[in-house]
Amino acid sequence: MGLKTSTLPFTERIADAAKDQFAHASIAKAQDTQYTKRENARAELGHWQDWRKLGQSIRQHVIQYLPDYLEEFSDNVEKRGGHVFFAQTTDEANDFILNVIKQQNGHHVVKSKSMVTAELDIDKKLQALPDVSILETDLAEFILQEDDWDEPSHIVFPAIHKNRDQVQTIFKKLGYDGDNDPEHMARFARKYLRQRFLEADIGITGCNFAIADSGLINLDTNEGNADLADSIPKTQIVVMGMERLVPSMKEAEIMDNLLARSAVGQKLTTYVTFEGQQSAGESDGPEDFYVVILDNNRSKALGTEFQEILQCIRCGACLNVCPVYRQIGGHGYGSLYPGPVGAVLSPILGGYEQFGELPFASSLCAACTETCPVLIPLHNLLIKHREVETDRLKMMHGFTDFQMRVVGKGTSSPFMFKMALRFKHFGLSPWTHQRPVTATNFFEYNGAMITNGPGMVGGWTDVRDLPSPPKHRDDFRVWFKHHKQQGGETK
Amino acid sequence: MKVSIYTTCMMDLMFPQVGKDMVEVLERLGCTVDVPENQICCGQPTFNSGYVEASWPVMHNQIDALSSIDCDYIVCPAGSCTAILKEYPDLLVDDPTDPTGQYMAQAKILSAKVYEFSQFIWRVLGIADCGAELNTIATYHRSCHMTRLLGERETPFWLLENVKNLEVRQLEGIQYCCGFGGTFSVKEHEISELMVTSKVENIEATGAEVLVSCDPGCLMNIGGRFNRLGKPIKIMHIAEVLNHNVDESRIRKVSEVPAPAAAPFP
Ligand code: SF4
Repeated sequence: MGLKTSTLPFTERIADAAKDQFAHASIAKAQDTQYTKRENARAELGHWQDWRKLGQSIRQHVIQYLPDYLEEFSDNVEKRGGHVFFAQTTDEANDFILNVIKQQNGHHVVKSKSMVTAELDIDKKLQALPDVSILETDLAEFILQEDDWDEPSHIVFPAIHKNRDQVQTIFKKLGYDGDNDPEHMARFARKYLRQRFLEADIGITGCNFAIADSGLINLDTNEGNADLADSIPKTQIVVMGMERLVPSMKEAEIMDNLLARSAVGQKLTTYVTFEGQQSAGESDGPEDFYVVILDNNRSKALGTEFQEILQCIRCGACLNVCPVYRQIGGHGYGSLYPGPVGAVLSPILGGYEQFGELPFASSLCAACTETCPVLIPLHNLLIKHREVETDRLKMMHGFTDFQMRVVGKGTSSPFMFKMALRFKHFGLSPWTHQRPVTATNFFEYNGAMITNGPGMVGGWTDVRDLPSPPKHRDDFRVWFKHHKQQGGETK
Repeated sequence: MKVSIYTTCMMDLMFPQVGKDMVEVLERLGCTVDVPENQICCGQPTFNSGYVEASWPVMHNQIDALSSIDCDYIVCPAGSCTAILKEYPDLLVDDPTDPTGQYMAQAKILSAKVYEFSQFIWRVLGIADCGAELNTIATYHRSCHMTRLLGERETPFWLLENVKNLEVRQLEGIQYCCGFGGTFSVKEHEISELMVTSKVENIEATGAEVLVSCDPGCLMNIGGRFNRLGKPIKIMHIAEVLNHNVDESRIRKVSEVPAPAAAPFP
């Protein structure tokens, strides 16, 4: 579907996610497994905080001089005999790709995993062509394709929401008759895919990093499918976001280390490939090499408070640590880019109208900021989005907006706060009920609870009880005054 | 040593006992305590919700109030509110309503003086054992802001370790947020509910009778969910634990106890 992966309203998506016990268990399990692998892989490297700073400085430098690096990269691709196309929009990119396939008389397209091609929704476009077949060759993407093009729910593990039994059911449709052992199923998929690779005449791949000073692209995979997609077909089309550059191989090596350790908890991915247009004397590699560089509103972030999000290397670590992602999964976000990175990036790429809720779908726990290998202050960028929506675009209306303004007034005026302290107990008494206290101490000052509060308090009491606030005479300030008058000694 | 209490709006409005226990512990350890009169709130409820313009006056009031009393340190019963006061100088960089920079100058002073309660006891007062006793099994909930924004991962564990007769059990999934997140708990209550429910399950699995934390917001959230589900738990702020059944002869300095292990949990 492109960037937006669901037409349901946000609250319905969350309700759906809450109901999906399978997905919930799969995601939690994957997060916990990745936690150990990632932390071990980082610890093994040592000096992790210094590596992060290095990664940040490389990425910041590239973003700062982005036009120069883009020019250098495209010059070098062309020097090797390849072609570069800058696409402002997804439509431009799609038109270009379809045109290349037509010109090359391509019939069998194989794809390796690429988020940017998902952004283009190119699969849909290719399916519409009568004489072209399309196959996702990343195992997880292949599973989704065979499950009637289910939407990916993670940027590194697209089928994270599926368990092995579900995969077995999907593969049965293709003639698989084995058990639900992942190894057996992978062997089946491998055989199935291998046949199709050999027929392929067009390979479409993503790009982990584009190397500016050589015109090569760097691909990191664990399955080797990208290597087949770029070496068997005569024509290769690389699709990349405009920010995915590094100056040279030297920086690529550092970024690959950060990426593999953060994304999959490995030293390096099984296959680390640097490739480009086949040059004289080489026996494999594409004879026709195209690079499509997509903007799709990325440039809008340049020079703004959101520029740092362009540093992102799509490692997915911020999704893997996120407690909100853990609960609502990728589909809950309704964006191709879910999790913290998605909550920052989606409104930039797709606008606040479509993705304005996402920056609010965070408790600002900062687990993302703590893990990001290139030091993107994700939780602060979420607050920045909220500020843009609230203060600048005035998108907040109604009673909640009014109440937030009252909170602002009440917490800036000592007089009003004193009044609140004085009247809080009686003010809420119409909603207060005697109720058994099972959470003692904090909740038993006067044994009463608010279980169905007014206004924003209602959001609280939908989920949990609120202790009735103490009477004014029991307040800390009142106690302290008295305590001080008595000489301040401990009772 | 002169200490100002940075009360936080939540303690003032909901949990006076926490303030009282905090004052008693600090006085027992030799501090002269005062409470700046006009302080209200650090500004997080509005700031974090995107009402940034409305937050400048809140922060200015807090800066004026906390600067109104001469003190050596400012001590706060909430890790989150401590962290945000520490961040004031970074936030006020964008403040258009402070043309002379007077609030920024004050913010820098306050930011250097502020400590969360458990941090202050261990790292500033150098006290390892407050002489408290609590005969129970507890688990500790680590607040996200205290851990990640304030960067304090250790002092609460170290202090609890020295409470007599207290067994502290490790909480599975300790790194995950409880779903409080200030206004998040209200505005996004559907998501918050899923988060707090999973936290309740993890706490139950420890078999603990008492849940301790350094952040009243998290405690109110988790406790409220326990109560809604009708499940038993005792909720205690760390100040309440450290002020429980105190025997002053047991008070020990950090230098008098074996050095604790670094960061007991991830
Ligand atoms: S924002 Fe950081 S942690 Fe998240 S995917 Fe990008 S690089 Fe990884």
